Amino acid sequence: MQKVGWDEVSAGTILDSFSQEVDNSALVRPEDRPYADTNSYTASVADWRVLKPVYNRDICIDCQNCWVFCPDTSIISRDKKMIGIDYDHCKGCGVCVEVCPTNPKSLLMFAEQDDNEEALSQWPEKKKKGE
Amino acid sequence: MAEKMELKEVEVWDGNMAYAQAMRQAQIDVVAAYPITPSTPTVQNYSKFLADGYVDGEFVMVESEHGAMSGCIGAAAAGGRVATATSSQGYALMMETLYQASGMRLPIVLGVVNRAIAAPLNVNGDHSDMYMGRDSGWIHVATYNPQEAYDMILCAFKIGEHMDVRLPVQVHQDGFISSHTAQNVRPLQDEDAYDFVGEYQEKNAMLDFTKPVTYGAQTEEDWHFEHKAKQQKALMDSRPVIDEVFEEFEKRTGRKYNRVETYMMDDADIAIVALGTTVESARAAAQIMREEKGIKVGVVSPRVFRPFPYEKMQEALANVKAVATMDRSAPGGTVGMLFNELSGALINTDKRPVLTNYIYGLGGRDMTIENLKTIIEETNANAEAGKLTVPTQQFSGLRGPKLSFF
Repeated sequence: MQKVGWDEVSAGTILDSFSQEVDNSALVRPEDRPYADTNSYTASVADWRVLKPVYNRDICIDCQNCWVFCPDTSIISRDKKMIGIDYDHCKGCGVCVEVCPTNPKSLLMFAEQDDNEEALSQWPEKKKKGE
Repeated sequence: MAEKMELKEVEVWDGNMAYAQAMRQAQIDVVAAYPITPSTPTVQNYSKFLADGYVDGEFVMVESEHGAMSGCIGAAAAGGRVATATSSQGYALMMETLYQASGMRLPIVLGVVNRAIAAPLNVNGDHSDMYMGRDSGWIHVATYNPQEAYDMILCAFKIGEHMDVRLPVQVHQDGFISSHTAQNVRPLQDEDAYDFVGEYQEKNAMLDFTKPVTYGAQTEEDWHFEHKAKQQKALMDSRPVIDEVFEEFEKRTGRKYNRVETYMMDDADIAIVALGTTVESARAAAQIMREEKGIKVGVVSPRVFRPFPYEKMQEALANVKAVATMDRSAPGGTVGMLFNELSGALINTDKRPVLTNYIYGLGGRDMTIENLKTIIEETNANAEAGKLTVPTQQFSGLRGPKLSFF
Protein backbone atom coordinates (compact mmCIF):
# COMPACT_ATOMS: atom_id res chain seq x y z
CA MET A 1 0.00 0.00 0.00
CA GLN A 2 1.30 3.48 -0.86
CA LYS A 3 2.64 5.30 2.18
CA VAL A 4 0.64 8.53 1.98
CA GLY A 5 1.12 11.59 4.21
CA TRP A 6 -0.91 12.58 7.27
CA ASP A 7 -3.30 14.61 5.12
CA GLU A 8 -4.32 11.55 3.13
CA VAL A 9 -4.68 8.88 5.80
CA SER A 10 -8.22 8.02 6.90
CA ALA A 11 -9.69 9.95 9.83
CA GLY A 12 -9.78 7.76 12.93
CA THR A 13 -7.83 5.01 11.14
CA ILE A 14 -11.19 3.71 9.95
CA LEU A 15 -10.45 1.39 7.06
CA ASP A 16 -12.78 0.51 4.21
CA SER A 17 -13.34 -3.13 3.37
CA PHE A 18 -14.59 -2.37 -0.14
CA SER A 19 -13.61 0.22 -2.71
CA GLN A 20 -17.30 0.87 -3.42
CA GLU A 21 -20.63 0.24 -1.76
CA VAL A 22 -21.96 -3.30 -2.10
CA ASP A 23 -25.56 -4.34 -1.58
CA ASN A 24 -26.09 -7.69 0.17
CA SER A 25 -22.38 -8.40 0.33
CA ALA A 26 -23.08 -11.63 2.23
CA LEU A 27 -24.51 -13.00 -1.02
CA VAL A 28 -21.45 -12.00 -3.08
CA ARG A 29 -18.55 -14.46 -3.17
CA PRO A 30 -15.26 -13.16 -1.81
CA GLU A 31 -13.54 -13.32 -5.21
CA ASP A 32 -16.33 -11.15 -6.65
CA ARG A 33 -16.28 -8.46 -3.94
CA PRO A 34 -14.48 -5.17 -4.68
CA TYR A 35 -12.06 -5.45 -1.75
CA ALA A 36 -10.08 -2.29 -0.97
CA ASP A 37 -6.33 -2.24 -0.33
CA THR A 38 -7.18 -1.55 3.32
CA ASN A 39 -8.82 -4.96 3.63
CA SER A 40 -6.51 -7.87 4.45
CA TYR A 41 -8.18 -10.02 1.78
CA THR A 42 -5.54 -8.92 -0.70
CA ALA A 43 -2.67 -9.24 1.80
CA SER A 44 -0.79 -12.18 3.21
CA VAL A 45 -1.18 -12.09 6.98
CA ALA A 46 0.06 -15.58 7.78
CA ASP A 47 3.84 -15.21 8.04
CA TRP A 48 4.04 -16.28 11.67
CA ARG A 49 2.45 -19.70 11.06
CA VAL A 50 4.74 -22.54 12.18
CA LEU A 51 2.32 -25.45 11.71
CA LYS A 52 -0.07 -25.61 8.79
CA PRO A 53 -3.17 -27.70 8.16
CA VAL A 54 -2.94 -30.00 5.14
CA TYR A 55 -6.22 -31.07 3.54
CA ASN A 56 -6.90 -34.58 2.20
CA ARG A 57 -9.69 -34.57 -0.40
CA ASP A 58 -9.86 -38.38 -0.50
CA ILE A 59 -11.15 -38.66 3.05
CA CYS A 60 -13.21 -35.46 3.46
CA ILE A 61 -16.99 -35.88 3.68
CA ASP A 62 -17.73 -32.14 3.11
CA CYS A 63 -19.42 -31.78 6.47
CA GLN A 64 -18.30 -28.11 6.64
CA ASN A 65 -17.33 -28.31 10.30
CA CYS A 66 -13.91 -26.77 9.58
CA TRP A 67 -15.52 -23.99 7.54
CA VAL A 68 -17.88 -23.17 10.39
CA PHE A 69 -15.20 -23.18 13.09
CA CYS A 70 -12.25 -21.50 11.31
CA PRO A 71 -11.76 -18.16 13.11
CA ASP A 72 -10.04 -16.59 10.10
CA THR A 73 -12.38 -17.65 7.27
CA SER A 74 -9.44 -19.53 5.77
CA ILE A 75 -11.33 -22.67 4.75
CA ILE A 76 -12.33 -22.31 1.12
CA SER A 77 -15.57 -24.02 0.31
CA ARG A 78 -17.91 -23.62 -2.64
CA ASP A 79 -21.45 -25.00 -2.87
CA LYS A 80 -20.74 -26.92 0.32
CA LYS A 81 -17.77 -28.67 -1.31
CA MET A 82 -14.49 -28.24 0.52
CA ILE A 83 -11.77 -26.89 -1.80
CA GLY A 84 -8.80 -26.23 0.44
CA ILE A 85 -6.95 -23.87 2.76
CA ASP A 86 -6.30 -20.16 2.23
CA TYR A 87 -2.64 -20.13 3.27
CA ASP A 88 -2.45 -16.32 2.98
CA HIS A 89 -4.78 -15.94 5.96
CA CYS A 90 -4.57 -19.19 7.96
CA LYS A 91 -2.61 -18.66 11.20
CA GLY A 92 -2.17 -22.38 11.88
CA CYS A 93 -4.34 -22.52 15.02
CA GLY A 94 -5.41 -26.11 14.32
CA VAL A 95 -9.11 -25.68 15.13
CA CYS A 96 -10.08 -27.21 11.75
CA VAL A 97 -8.15 -30.39 12.61
CA GLU A 98 -9.74 -30.60 16.04
CA VAL A 99 -13.29 -30.40 14.70
CA CYS A 100 -12.76 -32.73 11.71
CA PRO A 101 -14.94 -35.84 12.42
CA THR A 102 -13.55 -38.33 9.84
CA ASN A 103 -11.37 -41.36 10.54
CA PRO A 104 -8.57 -40.71 9.80
CA LYS A 105 -8.90 -36.92 9.88
CA SER A 106 -9.14 -35.10 6.56
CA LEU A 107 -7.04 -32.24 7.95
CA LEU A 108 -3.76 -32.72 9.81
CA MET A 109 -1.13 -30.29 11.02
CA PHE A 110 2.34 -30.45 9.42
CA ALA A 111 5.42 -28.28 9.78
CA GLU A 112 5.16 -25.11 7.72
CA GLN A 113 8.21 -26.08 5.62
CA ASP A 114 6.87 -29.59 4.78
CA ASP A 115 5.84 -30.30 1.21
CA ASN A 116 2.07 -30.85 0.94
CA GLU A 117 2.39 -33.80 -1.50
CA GLU A 118 4.89 -35.41 0.86
CA ALA A 119 2.49 -34.82 3.75
CA LEU A 120 -0.39 -36.50 1.89
CA SER A 121 1.79 -39.55 1.23
CA GLN A 122 2.36 -39.97 4.99
CA TRP A 123 -1.35 -39.85 5.86
CA PRO A 124 -2.24 -42.29 8.71
CA GLU A 125 -4.45 -45.35 8.17
CA LYS A 126 -8.00 -45.60 9.44
CA LYS A 127 -8.06 -46.41 13.15
CA LYS A 128 -9.90 -49.57 14.20
CA LYS A 129 -12.41 -49.63 17.01
CA GLY A 130 -10.68 -49.42 20.39
CA GLU A 131 -7.35 -48.37 18.81
CA MET B 1 -41.90 8.14 20.66
CA ALA B 2 -40.51 9.80 23.77
CA GLU B 3 -42.86 11.94 25.85
CA LYS B 4 -42.30 15.68 25.80
CA MET B 5 -41.45 17.16 29.18
CA GLU B 6 -42.97 20.53 29.89
CA LEU B 7 -40.30 22.73 31.43
CA LYS B 8 -40.78 26.03 33.22
CA GLU B 9 -38.96 29.11 32.01
CA VAL B 10 -36.82 28.88 35.12
CA GLU B 11 -36.17 25.47 36.67
CA VAL B 12 -34.33 24.81 39.91
CA TRP B 13 -31.76 22.17 39.01
CA ASP B 14 -28.48 21.05 40.41
CA GLY B 15 -25.64 20.36 37.99
CA ASN B 16 -26.41 16.66 37.71
CA MET B 17 -30.04 17.36 36.78
CA ALA B 18 -28.77 19.91 34.28
CA TYR B 19 -26.55 17.23 32.66
CA ALA B 20 -29.38 14.68 32.68
CA GLN B 21 -31.95 17.05 31.19
CA ALA B 22 -29.63 18.13 28.39
CA MET B 23 -28.85 14.46 27.66
CA ARG B 24 -32.58 13.66 27.59
CA GLN B 25 -33.29 16.51 25.19
CA ALA B 26 -30.53 15.40 22.82
CA GLN B 27 -32.43 12.10 22.27
CA ILE B 28 -29.42 9.87 22.72
CA ASP B 29 -29.45 6.42 21.16
CA VAL B 30 -27.26 4.69 23.76
CA VAL B 31 -26.13 5.58 27.27
CA ALA B 32 -23.80 2.98 28.78
CA ALA B 33 -23.08 3.91 32.37
CA TYR B 34 -21.62 2.84 35.68
CA PRO B 35 -22.64 5.52 38.21
CA ILE B 36 -20.06 7.00 40.56
CA THR B 37 -20.22 9.80 43.12
CA PRO B 38 -20.69 12.74 42.52
CA SER B 39 -21.96 12.13 38.97
CA THR B 40 -24.37 9.36 40.06
CA PRO B 41 -27.54 11.52 39.87
CA THR B 42 -26.79 12.36 36.23
CA VAL B 43 -27.35 8.78 35.10
CA GLN B 44 -29.88 8.14 37.86
CA ASN B 45 -32.04 11.04 36.67
CA TYR B 46 -31.53 9.94 33.08
CA SER B 47 -32.65 6.37 33.81
CA LYS B 48 -35.74 7.73 35.54
CA PHE B 49 -36.55 9.75 32.44
CA LEU B 50 -36.21 6.55 30.46
CA ALA B 51 -38.45 4.58 32.87
CA ASP B 52 -41.05 7.37 32.71
CA GLY B 53 -41.13 7.32 28.92
CA TYR B 54 -39.18 10.49 28.21
CA VAL B 55 -36.30 8.67 26.49
CA ASP B 56 -36.44 6.34 23.48
CA GLY B 57 -32.81 5.22 23.50
CA GLU B 58 -31.07 2.33 25.22
CA PHE B 59 -29.64 2.51 28.72
CA VAL B 60 -26.98 -0.13 29.29
CA MET B 61 -25.82 -0.96 32.80
CA VAL B 62 -22.26 -2.19 32.52
CA GLU B 63 -19.75 -3.77 34.92
CA SER B 64 -17.31 -0.86 35.25
CA GLU B 65 -16.43 2.55 33.87
CA HIS B 66 -14.02 0.85 31.49
CA GLY B 67 -17.06 -1.05 30.28
CA ALA B 68 -19.17 2.11 30.21
CA MET B 69 -16.88 3.94 27.82
CA SER B 70 -16.24 0.74 25.86
CA GLY B 71 -20.00 0.37 25.41
CA CYS B 72 -20.21 3.98 24.29
CA ILE B 73 -17.40 3.40 21.80
CA GLY B 74 -19.13 0.36 20.35
CA ALA B 75 -22.47 2.15 20.08
CA ALA B 76 -20.88 5.25 18.55
CA ALA B 77 -18.98 3.14 16.02
CA ALA B 78 -22.22 1.34 15.22
CA GLY B 79 -23.68 4.71 14.26
CA GLY B 80 -25.58 6.19 17.20
CA ARG B 81 -25.63 9.31 19.33
CA VAL B 82 -23.93 8.33 22.58
CA ALA B 83 -23.17 9.84 25.98
CA THR B 84 -22.34 8.91 29.56
CA ALA B 85 -21.14 10.51 32.79
CA THR B 86 -18.43 9.77 35.32
CA SER B 87 -16.09 11.08 38.02
CA SER B 88 -12.72 10.49 39.63
CA GLN B 89 -11.82 6.79 40.01
CA GLY B 90 -14.32 5.95 37.29
CA TYR B 91 -12.72 8.49 35.01
CA ALA B 92 -9.34 6.98 35.81
CA LEU B 93 -10.63 3.53 34.92
CA MET B 94 -11.96 4.93 31.63
CA MET B 95 -8.60 6.39 30.74
CA GLU B 96 -7.52 3.75 28.23
CA THR B 97 -10.87 3.91 26.48
CA LEU B 98 -10.84 7.73 26.36
CA TYR B 99 -7.84 7.48 24.03
CA GLN B 100 -9.65 4.83 21.97
CA ALA B 101 -12.69 7.09 21.55
CA SER B 102 -10.71 10.09 20.34
CA GLY B 103 -8.33 8.01 18.20
CA MET B 104 -11.32 6.49 16.41
CA ARG B 105 -12.89 9.96 16.06
CA LEU B 106 -16.15 9.00 17.79
CA PRO B 107 -18.25 12.00 18.86
CA ILE B 108 -19.19 10.69 22.32
CA VAL B 109 -20.24 13.20 24.99
CA LEU B 110 -18.94 12.60 28.51
CA GLY B 111 -20.37 14.62 31.37
CA VAL B 112 -17.64 14.72 33.99
CA VAL B 113 -18.35 15.76 37.56
CA ASN B 114 -14.89 16.52 38.86
CA ARG B 115 -13.69 14.77 41.99
CA ALA B 116 -10.35 14.07 43.66
CA ILE B 117 -8.47 10.88 42.93
CA ALA B 118 -7.46 8.49 45.75
CA ALA B 119 -5.41 7.91 47.81
CA PRO B 120 -6.53 9.12 50.25
CA LEU B 121 -10.08 8.32 49.20
CA ASN B 122 -12.17 11.44 48.77
CA VAL B 123 -15.56 12.05 47.13
CA ASN B 124 -15.35 15.83 46.87
CA GLY B 125 -14.51 18.13 44.04
CA ASP B 126 -11.08 18.86 42.67
CA HIS B 127 -9.66 18.74 39.16
CA SER B 128 -7.42 15.67 39.44
CA ASP B 129 -9.60 13.66 37.07
CA MET B 130 -9.89 16.50 34.56
CA TYR B 131 -6.12 16.97 34.55
CA MET B 132 -5.48 13.26 34.16
CA GLY B 133 -7.45 13.10 30.94
CA ARG B 134 -6.59 16.45 29.43
CA ASP B 135 -4.22 15.00 26.81
CA SER B 136 -6.49 12.14 25.79
CA GLY B 137 -7.46 13.83 22.54
CA TRP B 138 -10.94 14.95 23.60
CA ILE B 139 -12.36 18.44 23.41
CA HIS B 140 -12.65 19.65 27.02
CA VAL B 141 -15.15 22.26 28.14
CA ALA B 142 -15.21 23.74 31.64
CA THR B 143 -18.33 25.05 33.39
CA TYR B 144 -18.91 27.00 36.59
CA ASN B 145 -22.56 26.32 37.47
CA PRO B 146 -25.61 24.19 36.57
CA GLN B 147 -26.81 26.59 33.85
CA GLU B 148 -23.50 26.28 32.06
CA ALA B 149 -23.41 22.53 32.62
CA TYR B 150 -26.78 22.29 30.84
CA ASP B 151 -25.80 24.65 28.04
CA MET B 152 -22.45 23.02 27.38
CA ILE B 153 -23.83 19.47 27.15
CA LEU B 154 -26.13 20.68 24.37
CA CYS B 155 -23.22 22.43 22.67
CA ALA B 156 -20.99 19.37 23.15
CA PHE B 157 -23.18 17.19 20.91
CA LYS B 158 -23.26 19.84 18.23
CA ILE B 159 -19.50 20.41 18.34
CA GLY B 160 -18.38 16.80 18.51
CA GLU B 161 -20.82 15.54 15.87
CA HIS B 162 -20.04 18.34 13.42
CA MET B 163 -18.84 16.71 10.19
CA ASP B 164 -15.64 18.78 10.26
CA VAL B 165 -14.87 17.69 13.84
CA ARG B 166 -16.07 14.16 14.73
CA LEU B 167 -14.31 14.10 18.07
CA PRO B 168 -15.48 13.20 21.57
CA VAL B 169 -16.26 16.04 23.98
CA GLN B 170 -16.03 16.20 27.77
CA VAL B 171 -17.96 18.75 29.76
CA HIS B 172 -16.67 19.35 33.28
CA GLN B 173 -18.32 20.67 36.41
CA ASP B 174 -17.09 20.70 40.00
CA GLY B 175 -18.25 17.87 42.24
CA PHE B 176 -20.90 19.00 44.75
CA ILE B 177 -20.19 22.72 44.43
CA SER B 178 -21.89 22.63 41.04
CA SER B 179 -23.24 19.07 40.74
CA HIS B 180 -25.30 19.13 43.96
CA THR B 181 -26.06 22.83 44.30
CA ALA B 182 -29.57 23.64 43.08
CA GLN B 183 -29.67 26.89 41.18
CA ASN B 184 -31.89 28.65 38.69
CA VAL B 185 -31.49 27.19 35.23
CA ARG B 186 -33.23 28.52 32.14
CA PRO B 187 -33.65 25.50 29.87
CA LEU B 188 -34.75 25.34 26.28
CA GLN B 189 -38.01 23.55 25.60
CA ASP B 190 -37.51 20.00 24.30
CA GLU B 191 -38.15 20.82 20.64
CA ASP B 192 -35.91 23.89 20.71
CA ALA B 193 -33.09 21.97 22.35
CA TYR B 194 -33.35 19.13 19.84
CA ASP B 195 -33.60 21.56 16.97
CA PHE B 196 -30.37 23.16 18.17
CA VAL B 197 -28.49 19.88 18.64
CA GLY B 198 -29.88 18.49 15.38
CA GLU B 199 -30.48 15.03 13.99
CA TYR B 200 -27.54 12.67 14.44
CA GLN B 201 -25.49 12.33 11.24
CA GLU B 202 -23.82 8.96 10.75
CA LYS B 203 -20.24 8.66 9.59
CA ASN B 204 -18.52 5.31 9.00
CA ALA B 205 -21.33 3.53 10.82
CA MET B 206 -20.54 -0.14 11.37
CA LEU B 207 -24.21 -0.99 10.93
CA ASP B 208 -24.06 0.32 7.36
CA PHE B 209 -23.53 -3.07 5.69
CA THR B 210 -23.16 -1.63 2.21
CA LYS B 211 -19.89 -0.01 3.33
CA PRO B 212 -18.19 -2.26 5.87
CA VAL B 213 -15.34 -0.65 7.81
CA THR B 214 -12.66 -1.69 10.26
CA TYR B 215 -12.35 0.23 13.55
CA GLY B 216 -9.33 -0.15 15.81
CA ALA B 217 -6.70 -1.12 13.26
CA GLN B 218 -3.10 -1.53 14.38
CA THR B 219 -0.58 0.96 13.02
CA GLU B 220 3.12 0.69 13.75
CA GLU B 221 5.97 3.11 13.07
CA ASP B 222 5.17 3.31 9.37
CA TRP B 223 1.60 4.67 9.85
CA HIS B 224 0.97 5.65 13.49
CA PHE B 225 2.61 9.08 13.33
CA GLU B 226 0.53 10.20 10.34
CA HIS B 227 -2.69 9.09 12.01
CA LYS B 228 -1.89 10.88 15.27
CA ALA B 229 -0.91 14.03 13.35
CA LYS B 230 -4.23 13.94 11.52
CA GLN B 231 -6.02 13.61 14.87
CA GLN B 232 -4.16 16.64 16.25
CA LYS B 233 -5.10 18.62 13.13
CA ALA B 234 -8.77 17.71 13.63
CA LEU B 235 -8.64 18.78 17.27
CA MET B 236 -7.02 22.11 16.36
CA ASP B 237 -9.47 22.62 13.49
CA SER B 238 -12.40 22.24 15.88
CA ARG B 239 -11.73 25.78 17.18
CA PRO B 240 -13.72 27.71 14.54
CA VAL B 241 -16.55 25.15 14.79
CA ILE B 242 -16.71 25.67 18.56
CA ASP B 243 -16.93 29.43 17.98
CA GLU B 244 -19.70 28.87 15.44
CA VAL B 245 -21.69 26.64 17.80
CA PHE B 246 -21.33 29.16 20.63
CA GLU B 247 -22.59 31.90 18.30
CA GLU B 248 -25.59 29.85 17.26
CA PHE B 249 -26.30 29.07 20.91
CA GLU B 250 -26.22 32.77 21.75
CA LYS B 251 -28.71 33.52 18.97
CA ARG B 252 -31.10 30.99 20.49
CA THR B 253 -30.66 31.75 24.18
CA GLY B 254 -28.94 35.10 24.55
CA ARG B 255 -26.23 33.36 26.55
CA LYS B 256 -22.79 34.06 25.13
CA TYR B 257 -19.93 31.61 25.59
CA ASN B 258 -16.32 32.08 24.52
CA ARG B 259 -13.36 29.74 24.28
CA VAL B 260 -11.68 32.09 26.75
CA GLU B 261 -13.90 33.88 29.26
CA THR B 262 -12.67 37.24 30.50
CA TYR B 263 -14.01 39.32 33.36
CA MET B 264 -13.04 42.95 34.05
CA MET B 265 -9.98 42.56 31.87
CA ASP B 266 -10.30 45.79 29.85
CA ASP B 267 -8.13 47.84 32.20
CA ALA B 268 -6.64 45.02 34.27
CA ASP B 269 -3.04 45.15 35.51
CA ILE B 270 -3.18 41.66 36.95
CA ALA B 271 -5.21 38.54 36.27
CA ILE B 272 -6.32 35.38 37.97
CA VAL B 273 -6.56 32.33 35.73
CA ALA B 274 -8.70 29.48 37.02
CA LEU B 275 -11.11 26.72 36.03
CA GLY B 276 -14.51 25.62 37.34
CA THR B 277 -16.52 27.15 40.16
CA THR B 278 -13.47 29.05 41.41
CA VAL B 279 -13.89 31.36 38.42
CA GLU B 280 -17.09 32.70 39.99
CA SER B 281 -15.41 33.13 43.39
CA ALA B 282 -12.46 34.86 41.74
CA ARG B 283 -14.81 37.25 39.96
CA ALA B 284 -16.44 38.13 43.28
CA ALA B 285 -13.01 38.62 44.90
CA ALA B 286 -11.85 40.75 41.98
CA GLN B 287 -14.85 43.01 42.35
CA ILE B 288 -14.20 43.39 46.08
CA MET B 289 -10.48 44.14 45.61
CA ARG B 290 -11.24 46.72 42.95
CA GLU B 291 -13.64 48.45 45.35
CA GLU B 292 -11.63 48.02 48.55
CA LYS B 293 -8.04 48.39 47.35
CA GLY B 294 -8.34 49.86 43.87
CA ILE B 295 -6.37 46.91 42.46
CA LYS B 296 -7.13 46.54 38.78
CA VAL B 297 -7.65 42.80 38.72
CA GLY B 298 -9.52 40.69 36.21
CA VAL B 299 -10.30 37.01 35.78
CA VAL B 300 -9.49 34.86 32.75
CA SER B 301 -10.63 31.28 32.22
CA PRO B 302 -10.16 28.83 29.39
CA ARG B 303 -13.76 27.70 28.83
CA VAL B 304 -12.40 25.24 26.28
CA PHE B 305 -9.03 24.07 27.53
CA ARG B 306 -8.57 21.43 24.82
CA PRO B 307 -7.89 22.46 22.13
CA PHE B 308 -5.95 24.93 24.26
CA PRO B 309 -6.89 28.52 23.35
CA TYR B 310 -3.23 29.53 22.98
CA GLU B 311 -3.68 32.73 20.98
CA LYS B 312 -6.82 33.76 22.84
CA MET B 313 -5.00 33.43 26.17
CA GLN B 314 -2.13 35.52 24.79
CA GLU B 315 -4.65 38.09 23.66
CA ALA B 316 -6.54 38.12 26.96
CA LEU B 317 -3.34 38.56 28.96
CA ALA B 318 -1.50 40.84 26.53
CA ASN B 319 -1.55 43.86 28.81
CA VAL B 320 -1.20 42.47 32.31
CA LYS B 321 1.94 42.61 34.42
CA ALA B 322 1.32 39.61 36.64
CA VAL B 323 -0.81 36.48 36.50
CA ALA B 324 -1.81 34.04 39.24
CA THR B 325 -2.53 30.60 37.81
CA MET B 326 -4.72 28.47 40.06
CA ASP B 327 -4.63 24.70 39.90
CA ARG B 328 -7.09 22.53 41.82
CA SER B 329 -5.08 19.35 41.39
CA ALA B 330 -2.09 17.84 43.20
CA PRO B 331 0.77 18.84 40.91
CA GLY B 332 2.64 15.52 41.10
CA GLY B 333 6.13 16.94 41.40
CA THR B 334 5.98 19.99 39.15
CA VAL B 335 4.11 23.24 38.68
CA GLY B 336 0.35 23.13 38.08
CA MET B 337 -1.09 22.54 34.61
CA LEU B 338 -2.41 26.08 34.16
CA PHE B 339 0.97 27.52 35.16
CA ASN B 340 2.68 25.29 32.60
CA GLU B 341 0.23 26.00 29.81
CA LEU B 342 0.19 29.73 30.50
CA SER B 343 3.97 29.88 30.66
CA GLY B 344 4.04 28.19 27.28
CA ALA B 345 1.55 30.64 25.82
CA LEU B 346 3.12 33.78 27.31
CA ILE B 347 6.86 33.13 26.97
CA ASN B 348 6.94 34.52 23.41
CA THR B 349 4.72 37.55 24.07
CA ASP B 350 6.16 41.08 24.33
CA LYS B 351 5.18 41.81 27.94
CA ARG B 352 5.78 38.42 29.50
CA PRO B 353 3.91 38.94 32.79
CA VAL B 354 5.23 37.55 36.08
CA LEU B 355 3.59 34.17 36.66
CA THR B 356 2.79 32.44 39.93
CA ASN B 357 1.08 29.18 40.69
CA TYR B 358 -1.39 28.45 43.49
CA ILE B 359 -2.35 24.89 44.34
CA TYR B 360 -5.67 25.00 46.18
CA GLY B 361 -8.96 23.29 47.00
CA LEU B 362 -7.73 19.70 46.92
CA GLY B 363 -10.35 17.15 47.92
CA GLY B 364 -13.08 19.80 47.97
CA ARG B 365 -11.39 22.28 50.35
CA ASP B 366 -13.17 25.62 49.94
CA MET B 367 -11.45 28.38 48.05
CA THR B 368 -12.57 31.36 50.10
CA ILE B 369 -12.79 35.00 49.16
CA GLU B 370 -10.18 35.67 51.88
CA ASN B 371 -7.71 33.26 50.19
CA LEU B 372 -8.41 34.90 46.86
CA LYS B 373 -7.85 38.38 48.31
CA THR B 374 -4.39 37.29 49.51
CA ILE B 375 -3.62 35.85 46.08
CA ILE B 376 -4.70 39.11 44.44
CA GLU B 377 -2.55 41.14 46.82
CA GLU B 378 0.51 38.98 46.17
CA THR B 379 -0.07 39.13 42.44
CA ASN B 380 -0.40 42.89 42.64
CA ALA B 381 2.92 43.07 44.53
CA ASN B 382 4.54 41.02 41.74
CA ALA B 383 3.12 43.42 39.17
CA GLU B 384 4.42 46.48 41.01
CA ALA B 385 7.87 44.94 41.54
CA GLY B 386 8.01 43.62 37.99
CA LYS B 387 9.34 40.33 39.38
CA LEU B 388 8.45 37.55 41.80
CA THR B 389 8.00 38.69 45.40
CA VAL B 390 6.69 35.29 46.51
CA PRO B 391 7.71 31.73 45.63
CA THR B 392 6.53 30.52 42.22
CA GLN B 393 4.32 27.78 43.63
CA GLN B 394 2.34 28.17 46.83
CA PHE B 395 -0.41 26.19 48.53
CA SER B 396 -3.48 28.26 49.33
CA GLY B 397 -5.87 27.25 52.12
CA LEU B 398 -3.48 24.63 53.52
CA ARG B 399 -2.99 24.07 57.28
CA GLY B 400 0.48 23.83 58.80
CA PRO B 401 3.75 25.62 57.98
CA LYS B 402 3.72 27.55 54.73
CA LEU B 403 4.49 25.22 51.83
CA SER B 404 6.02 26.54 48.63
CA PHE B 405 8.38 25.52 45.85
CA PHE B 406 10.64 27.11 43.24
